[in-house]
Amino acid sequence: MRIFEIAAFAVRGLTANKMRSGLTTLGILIGVASVILLIAVGNGASSAVQQSIAGLGTNILTISPQRAQPGSTAKPLTTADAAALVGQDSPDVRYASPVVSAQATAGYGDTTHDIGQFVGSDPRYFDTTNSAVAQGNLFSDNDVQQARKVVVIGSTVATQLFPGIDPIGKSMLVNNIPFTVVGVLAAKGSSGLQDADDLAVAPLTTTQNALTGYGSLTQIVVQARSADALPDAQAQVTTILNGRHKIAGTADYRILSQDQLLTARTATTETFTVLLASVAAISLLVGGIGITNIMLVTVTERIREIGIRKAVGAPRSSILGQFLIEATLLSLFGGALGVAAGVIGSRFTIAGIQPVLVPSSVLLAFAVSALIGLFFGSYPASRAAKLRPIEALRHE
Amino acid sequence: MSPVIEVRDLRKTYGSGDTAVHALRGLDLTVQKGEYIAIMGASGSGKSTLLNILGCLDVPSGGKYLLDGIDTGEFDEEQLSLLRNRKIGFVFQSFNLVPRTTALANVELPLVYAGVRRAQRRERALAALDLVGLADRTHHRPNELSGGQQQRVAIARALVTSPAIVLADEPTGNLDTDSSREVLGILDRLNASGRTVVLITHEDEVAAHAMRTVRVVDGRVAGVLV
Ligand SMILES: Nc1ncnc2c1ncn2[C@@H]1O[C@H](COP(=O)(O)OP(=O)(O)OP(=O)(O)O)[C@@H](O)[C@H]1O
Ligand SMILES: [Mg+2]
Repeated sequence: MRIFEIAAFAVRGLTANKMRSGLTTLGILIGVASVILLIAVGNGASSAVQQSIAGLGTNILTISPQRAQPGSTAKPLTTADAAALVGQDSPDVRYASPVVSAQATAGYGDTTHDIGQFVGSDPRYFDTTNSAVAQGNLFSDNDVQQARKVVVIGSTVATQLFPGIDPIGKSMLVNNIPFTVVGVLAAKGSSGLQDADDLAVAPLTTTQNALTGYGSLTQIVVQARSADALPDAQAQVTTILNGRHKIAGTADYRILSQDQLLTARTATTETFTVLLASVAAISLLVGGIGITNIMLVTVTERIREIGIRKAVGAPRSSILGQFLIEATLLSLFGGALGVAAGVIGSRFTIAGIQPVLVPSSVLLAFAVSALIGLFFGSYPASRAAKLRPIEALRHE
Repeated sequence: MSPVIEVRDLRKTYGSGDTAVHALRGLDLTVQKGEYIAIMGASGSGKSTLLNILGCLDVPSGGKYLLDGIDTGEFDEEQLSLLRNRKIGFVFQSFNLVPRTTALANVELPLVYAGVRRAQRRERALAALDLVGLADRTHHRPNELSGGQQQRVAIARALVTSPAIVLADEPTGNLDTDSSREVLGILDRLNASGRTVVLITHEDEVAAHAMRTVRVVDGRVAGVLV
């Protein structure tokens, strides 16, 4: 009695009843696929939230001037300060954009609009604030050097001043100084009370020339390499500025690290991790129960067959081997199909969420389902193999 | 001549307490090698219970069963399966073929567990099927065969290992007269070739094929009619 013969019995057992084998495979397939897919959806939702938080700028530091302490003079934040923040001493800083901002009234034709925020900065500002251009172009470093009177406007400004008109190339008056509109930013929507789209951005030099003068910068906006690198970036920025401003005691500037957003991000991620884990646990449980069920039904139906085999002299080990191999083949086959279905399914958007596969979940689902299939495929069979032949034959 | 089957004070009780059924109550039976025995008795008298124990499909609650002089009570599970495979051919009233499996594969089954090689297995299974007149039905599945044909496949399976003992529990119970005659003819020939045959029946015509009839009443042998 070789293993080969037993394997042949197993294969014949599976092919003899294609319907039953098919249903068992389907049970395992659904179990594995649903686990993979549910976890991918959970993960997708989680990363969507993280992305939207990243869109608000969790990797951003804002540096603003602080009033001087009595007895010392406060140095203004300068363009040179901003330039010094990017370099060898601050590996975790990606950009540092000098920013001035002002109140401004814009006009085009008969229409006027009080712009929420008129910002003067450099082209990095758009990247730092995750602003994408929807129409036209952003201004360039060259525009900043040449102090060209160009402006990029937010979508609110565009709809207010240029209803039904293409604003690109139009001359817009800002506090009665003409600026050429070169681009319109993609809408971001309002975050809280502030309308993030009610703004206009012009080159720093132009804005200083025309609107604010050459005093202190309103802000330096620093973008760290990543949200995780933020604390390091903050430390580096502090060291550099303290050196430049010769700070011994209290600093004449303030760094806002958007702690609240970071805290929010951490909390959300944790919530999703917990959610993810429970979704995974529940779907594994459901999938496992399904597999258990179909395996138990399959084996129970075949206890008579086990009785027949025992009656003609099959040793217990060969019956065990046969059912173990059958269960293994079904589990592996169903599991593989389930992985395929899960992976393919996760390419589609489900309930507005783009699932993101978690590789370990594929492994987990496959392993757990295969083990459950193996156990419930062979354990009842091994129990049946222990029955006396006549008991197995009488089984209903 | 030594008895091939020797049963002493055989007892079998199903269940326990108030619901206990004493199917066998101290049954004695001796079967010599080459004998052909019919077991008769009222329904529920314990015939099948006895035959299942003789076939090592079940174990007695008490008493001794010596097969070829060896006490089967001392055999473990592996040895019992070896006995069932090599020494005993069992024919059930309800055929008990493996469903969705061809007649040939069903007949080959005991040979597989006996470790017979593929080519030889096929040859012997085909010979056994030929013996029961089913050479042209080797690739039919049980559900494609008549009752009589199924029973003949079952007999082919029982005799393919050339067992010393063939046990048949009402082998003709589900068959019509013609099929019965064929099945009994096969058993007659088996006996003529030296095998010990024990069969259970309710019909005198069937019992007439045997050398002697054992009557079972309430789990005991009532008397031996020659
Ligand atoms: N598995 C079992 N559990 C409980 N009682 C059983 C079992 N098998 C048989 N019995 C009882 O044991 C007694 C003998 O049964 P057995 O099947 O040996 O009778 P029998 O002589 O073969 O009858 P028949 O001619 O109807 O086949 C009956 O009373 C039956 O109810
Ligand atoms: Mg009976």
